[in-house]
Amino acid sequence: MFDFIPGRKYIDIMAMVAEVMVFDVKSTDLVYYCDWCSFGAYNSQQVEMIELKEVSKIFYKKGGAVAALSDLSLTVARGEIFGVIGASGAGKSTLIRCVNLLERPTAGRVIVDGQDLMALPSRLLTQERRHIGMIFQHFNLLSSRTVFGNVAFPLELSGISAHEIAKRVSELLALVGLQDRQHDYPVNLSGGQKQRVAIARTLASNPKVLLCDEATSALDPETTRSILALLKDINLRFQITILLITHEMNVVKAICDKVAVISEGRLVEQGTVGEIFSHPRTELTKRFISPWE
Amino acid sequence: MSESMISLLVHGLLETIVMTFVSGAFGFLIGLPAGVLLFVTREGQVLESRVFNRIVSVIVNIFRSIPFIILIVWMIPFTRMLVGTSIGVLAALVPLSIGAAPFIARMVENSLLEVPHGLIEAARAMGATPTQIILKVLLPEALPSIVNGASITLIALVGYSAMGGAVGAGGLGQIGYQYGYVGYDTVVMNTVLVLLVALVFVIQLTGQYISRKTDHRK
Repeated sequence: MFDFIPGRKYIDIMAMVAEVMVFDVKSTDLVYYCDWCSFGAYNSQQVEMIELKEVSKIFYKKGGAVAALSDLSLTVARGEIFGVIGASGAGKSTLIRCVNLLERPTAGRVIVDGQDLMALPSRLLTQERRHIGMIFQHFNLLSSRTVFGNVAFPLELSGISAHEIAKRVSELLALVGLQDRQHDYPVNLSGGQKQRVAIARTLASNPKVLLCDEATSALDPETTRSILALLKDINLRFQITILLITHEMNVVKAICDKVAVISEGRLVEQGTVGEIFSHPRTELTKRFISPWE
Repeated sequence: MSESMISLLVHGLLETIVMTFVSGAFGFLIGLPAGVLLFVTREGQVLESRVFNRIVSVIVNIFRSIPFIILIVWMIPFTRMLVGTSIGVLAALVPLSIGAAPFIARMVENSLLEVPHGLIEAARAMGATPTQIILKVLLPEALPSIVNGASITLIALVGYSAMGGAVGAGGLGQIGYQYGYVGYDTVVMNTVLVLLVALVFVIQLTGQYISRKTDHRK
């Protein structure tokens, strides 16, 4: 009789009944108003923002199959900054790309904000992706567009009016401190500036989640610090959940709440940053913490 | 050179220009979408389809393998059906366009292959549909390269149209053939040569200029 949204928690039966009166299924701060009983209820917020459940990814190459991820399970809570650290080839890139299905897992489930992404038809997946932001190691800005054009890109995808776009882009560029560079092309920007543009671009569609694929690996230490500070700022200001992958423990130490260590497609250790740093259990973790000893 | 000769040469130059650019335009009309299709149906791309890719690839390869002079003659019945004659500029446009299209398709496909894969990934991550990726990412990013490809194509078409002149297509090629080859008039022959070289130079320089203007990667 009622269509439940799988994975959502309801504070009581009235909220569940009131689901039929839901205003906006995508937002996570819902007020239910049940017309026939005049009862309003708040949806208990989805605690788990990202859930990977027993995810496996196998790549088939000439010479055999390579398991990039094996039965990997991970949960990131809303508003958390979660770091995944691993060596090159450990599977961290594959992991983060499974979260927005840039790579489709061979097995397991990927649930973002209560939505099972693998069950979605491609048109709905496209829509859902507009709420998941991603920044990359090599920035991936469009060289044929100015800074303004790059930040406006995701807004154009959603068919927003030019006037609205102009307003929003100005806001975003002000946030990352690049309003005076809006007519420049990416080729004229430094690495740090390009990553800021990429961050502004991602924020354009008000994402709930931000995925950072080695976002600071191509930047010098000073610039890395400022980018991480920016990420921390937007996490606090906009309550955006961040999942980042890196091979540098400094990055994890700087902003992460929780960290997981990945090796050969499996998580060998996870916990809060405090726990992991004070009591690393595996040899691999210890090597990441003190690489030069 | 007599006045009538000069007017003949000017007329011939205009015919060559029309043949080159109009067949270029028709070639792009068919070749650009074909090239885009060849790219997006590749393995790992947004509209991956090995079957479709194989079919289009084979058709393109077959037509590219046919030497142009053979293509003109082979297409005479089709040309006659389409425009009513196999002589003159209009008739020449048919094999020229059909010959240009697969050439352009491969050039466009190559230009698209140069677009960094990360950009396509970023667009997919932002929730772009395949159409949006093609129109907003691939084509604008590949534009400088496509413009270069267009220059190369137009220059090749100048050559092809001159070849067509040997079988009645008109243009400078026909003048060169009739007066230069058959009539042994060296003055006319050399004038035709200089005009064709000048035309190619103009196309080359314009193409380079446009490509530079649209390239914001430097």
